[in-house]
Amino acid sequence: MSLDKNTVAKIAKLARIRVPEEELEPLAGELNTIIGFVEQLGEVDTDGVEPMTSAIEHEMFQRDDVVSDGGYPDRVLANSEHANMGFFTVPKVVE
Amino acid sequence: MTYMIKGNTGDWEVVMGLEIHAQVSSNAKLFSGAATTFGADPNEQVSLVDAAMPGMLPVVNKECVRQGVRTGLAMGCEINLKSVFARKNYFYADLPQGYQISQFEEPIVKRGKVTIDLEDGSTKEIGVERLHLEQDAGKSIHDQHPTQSYIDLNRSGVCLMEIVSDPDMRSPEEAAAYVSKIRSIVRCIGSCDGNMAEGSMRADVNVSVRKPGDEYGTRCEIKNLNSLRFMKQAIEFEAKRQVQILEEGGSIDQETRLFDTAKGITRSMRSKEDAHDYRYFPDPDLLPVILEQAWVDELAADLPELPDVKKNRFISDFGLPAYDAGVLTAETENSAYYEQAVDAGGDPKLTANWVISELFGRLNKADMSITDSPVTPENLGQLVGLIKDDTISGKIAKDVFDDMFSTGKMAKDIVEEKGLKQITDTGAIEAIIDDLIANNPGQVEQYRGGNEKLIGWFVGQTMKASQGKANPGVVNKILKEKLAG
Repeated sequence: MSLDKNTVAKIAKLARIRVPEEELEPLAGELNTIIGFVEQLGEVDTDGVEPMTSAIEHEMFQRDDVVSDGGYPDRVLANSEHANMGFFTVPKVVE
Repeated sequence: MTYMIKGNTGDWEVVMGLEIHAQVSSNAKLFSGAATTFGADPNEQVSLVDAAMPGMLPVVNKECVRQGVRTGLAMGCEINLKSVFARKNYFYADLPQGYQISQFEEPIVKRGKVTIDLEDGSTKEIGVERLHLEQDAGKSIHDQHPTQSYIDLNRSGVCLMEIVSDPDMRSPEEAAAYVSKIRSIVRCIGSCDGNMAEGSMRADVNVSVRKPGDEYGTRCEIKNLNSLRFMKQAIEFEAKRQVQILEEGGSIDQETRLFDTAKGITRSMRSKEDAHDYRYFPDPDLLPVILEQAWVDELAADLPELPDVKKNRFISDFGLPAYDAGVLTAETENSAYYEQAVDAGGDPKLTANWVISELFGRLNKADMSITDSPVTPENLGQLVGLIKDDTISGKIAKDVFDDMFSTGKMAKDIVEEKGLKQITDTGAIEAIIDDLIANNPGQVEQYRGGNEKLIGWFVGQTMKASQGKANPGVVNKILKEKLAG
């Protein structure tokens, strides 16, 4: 698998990261090196092996259905520069 | 009846598949302990998990898993004993994580079917492809400020069940009937309150058109329809739009569209143009959900009687027509009311008539729900009992019912207070009739001369003289005897 410049531009757009045109080619090279490194794993025979989800066998803990959190809008909004009337605000998203 | 769009080149068939989002009735969110109640002040019900603060970890809510499984069982689906939460990546202002935790390759529920009831009394099976659990996003409010959108994260992280159907629907009515049936099921088992106006249930409809017998056409997805009326309008508009494009030689772009309720049209949502590139991968913060078969069996055994089963029982045990049985079992509250009234009154058919035509009519007019009915089921049963044992006539019963509805008084008390008891005492009725015959020799002569239609006039006069309280059957019998001379 190898990434070209256009794929890198698309990934950057989906992640909302602005990448200058001249950096796309070098970035594709770097990403391909990383992918090539990881692809060495393909040499291992994994036929019939379930994907590993955790290093130790244990079941997921499940929470009881009780309200135990929330009720602190000030903390939630503390890092927002432009909170207004209890809302986060963002540049208008027009549908 | 087949639904077709008439085009210039012939008839076009409409094909629809639905994705229904139903909010699980849980106290807390899917992965956090924040509350889920509707209508709280902005960002009041948000934990740091829901706001996606760095380092916060999701912990799954047991109840959401339980309700997802119960809903799957109620739709006759297979339950996956191992399911996996995955990240669905997209960028939007009301999605603080930058991804939605959902299920992709291994949903908790797969393959089942539901039976929908159509207006002409027929039924149709609709395949259910899957049900998976996922987080809701926050809410964007666009009309509060000229250049800004306001974001409220109260809904962020609330648990939704996404129920995906097969493309089995062929008309707006079938789509609406399918949503109604799913709503009726989730309300019956209590996994979702089904409140479309508050957004607890909403549907995305995939619409495509084709000439009958052809392959499926390219589909468009209409997002977030939250009323059956809008859904039907949106489907009709969208199907006609597609037919027009195809007949003019164009092709359909697969895209996400929005229904503009004010204009009655669908339009493209530009912001969703990358929406199909979600780059799903298993969420590394969460282990697979592992279920025990014994636990699933227990949930299956504990399910309440489902709407279809109840409908069939009402038909076979109570002798109701399919339509009446369908109306009474569509909502759990209605069937519970009806059964209590039958217990009190004893005549299932008569009770069904009173509930459907009188009670529903009055509740509709007063814009009330059955749970607010001023007439209790016991009271309606009592009224039916009074009609059945000839204490009052059906006609008087309507006046009594009006009184019951406006005052909440018991039927028996109203009949007693107002002296509405039917006169079945033949002596009293005979006296009225003797009087009538004595005072109207002209009519008596005409009747005896062969004008038998006049019996109606005599009945009317007798009822009038008794203020409607005489038993019509008894009146008829005595009149015929006396007039015969």
